[in-house]
Amino acid sequence: MFLTLDKLTRSFGERVAVNALSLEIARGEVFGFLGPNGAGKSTTFHLLTGMLAPDSGEIRIDGQPAPPTSGRVRERLGVVFQEPSLDDKLTGLENLQLGAALYGLSSAVAKERIARMLALVELKDRAAETVDKYSGGMRRRLEVARVLLHHPEILIMDEPSRGIDQVTQRRIWEQLLELRRERRMTILLTTHQPEEAEYCDRIAVLDEGRVIACDTPDALRRMVGGDIVTLEPTGNAEALRDQVMQGDAILAPRVVDGSIVIEAPQGHTLIPRLVEKLGAGALKSVSMRRPTLGDVFVKLTGRGLHHETATKKVNA
Amino acid sequence: MIAETTDTPLTSNDGAGAAAQEIRPSALRLNVATVLTLLSRDLKRFFRQRSRVVGALVQPLIFWLVIGSGLSASFRIEGASDVGYVQYFYPGIVMLVVLFTSIFTTMSVIEDRHKGFLQAVLVAPASRTALVLGKTLGGVSIAMAQAIMFLALLPFAGYHLSQVDWPLMAVVLLTVSIGLSSIGFAIAWWLDSTQGYHVVMSVLLIPLWILSGAMFPQKGAPIWMSLVMKLNPMAYGVSGIRRALYGAGSSNASVLGSSQSATEVAVLVGFALGSLALAVRMCARRGRKP
Repeated sequence: MFLTLDKLTRSFGERVAVNALSLEIARGEVFGFLGPNGAGKSTTFHLLTGMLAPDSGEIRIDGQPAPPTSGRVRERLGVVFQEPSLDDKLTGLENLQLGAALYGLSSAVAKERIARMLALVELKDRAAETVDKYSGGMRRRLEVARVLLHHPEILIMDEPSRGIDQVTQRRIWEQLLELRRERRMTILLTTHQPEEAEYCDRIAVLDEGRVIACDTPDALRRMVGGDIVTLEPTGNAEALRDQVMQGDAILAPRVVDGSIVIEAPQGHTLIPRLVEKLGAGALKSVSMRRPTLGDVFVKLTGRGLHHETATKKVNA
Repeated sequence: MIAETTDTPLTSNDGAGAAAQEIRPSALRLNVATVLTLLSRDLKRFFRQRSRVVGALVQPLIFWLVIGSGLSASFRIEGASDVGYVQYFYPGIVMLVVLFTSIFTTMSVIEDRHKGFLQAVLVAPASRTALVLGKTLGGVSIAMAQAIMFLALLPFAGYHLSQVDWPLMAVVLLTVSIGLSSIGFAIAWWLDSTQGYHVVMSVLLIPLWILSGAMFPQKGAPIWMSLVMKLNPMAYGVSGIRRALYGAGSSNASVLGSSQSATEVAVLVGFALGSLALAVRMCARRGRKP
């Protein structure tokens, strides 16, 4: 196996932030850590990048111990932070030069790669401006460009879509997936956004510092089973729910924010039957969606992904 | 927006095919490159903010002129009545320039951390010692540049350019600024808030500067105070600067006090190395949340 996390454990005072975390990740895999704030994602990220040392357990690459607290290991990693780690008093170009220098690239190699990266992220025209004049999306693109300059084997991203629009998010992902294909770059990311987790080949669902499930997004979704059907009534939702339940009590419809939400194994056969039964004019809209990874998390823990686990801030 | 077209090759054509290994630089090269990169970054940032350059010079200048002129009527040193306060106070002001610049440059570690920049350095392959050296040498370079600019005023303080012992001056300024920049780094790393930093500055560093012989001589001070002055590295700095200003041949004992230049240099070298070691040690800890 390319990357092995073996019983990684890290506590802050009394609180065990990461608890015997063990995972095997293949080269070229896109692997996500999904969980709410306080689930241990951020500590996992800090352990993977060497910003924290584990209390016990180890990380291996190709079977060899590879602690990211060692510089020799860190030079194989590229790290994208939640908040771009750029110097906003320097220009875009200077930031890239600085990034190249921190990884010891010779100036000739750096120059050539920087030119290509600037073209790739379409910041060539703005390269001479200081970063404090950049928008959030531009900063993120510049950061990604910088992190890729030294051709990392493993890219580690902490909540990469935070603070950027969906268009930027999708374009960055297109580039990353292309690099993964061409260079077999392995991508690890933490996220609490189910949409972003969809880019992953596999996802580890974290709760209270432990992996509570680890599988492909599809397999995880199958744990919920079926579809989510939402009916938006023209009139009273409670009354409509009673109508839905007549003869179909097994559906267990719930009223959520004035709409009726039904979990059904076969949404596409249920909808025509319901629409027929409720008659003309009863519904404003009908929608059906597959369960999201957010629904999976609720199923596994009884809590939503945006629920904050109470955490004590402890500096050890 | 990121390029929609993919006519730009995504991977480099310099040999990185699928899963190809990059040629990685040696650890020494990497660490040296990191130190130089961080150093030049702080220089760029400093000189790009003109208000900082001016502020770091004008504030001590005003101190010197106002306090120097104000006290010149009442200040007398026994056995050296020809030394006016403007002249006496000048070496202390040179020290203040070094103190302010060293401390405020390394204070940027806090800003670097809050703005996120520091993280990029911490996950880069260089050692944390390289980070400490890069930041402190940034402080040292700027402090030296400011001190030299301020030293251009020495004829107005009653010293003579031709008499100055420049090698001694260089050693004293260098060791003092290394020591103070490292202390500044260590405090910034530990505190993590600019407000806290200003508190440390005003309750610890400014008083230590006042008790360094910058404003009044050790001779005649109460015993507790002269003890503090004996243990205060900045006192050796001020005394060293003063000795260098009078030049090698001078034996102005009443102003210079009883210490020897060799003692001063030894204490200052110890201070510089000790503070640097402290900063390296603080930074190497991976115990707390980054």
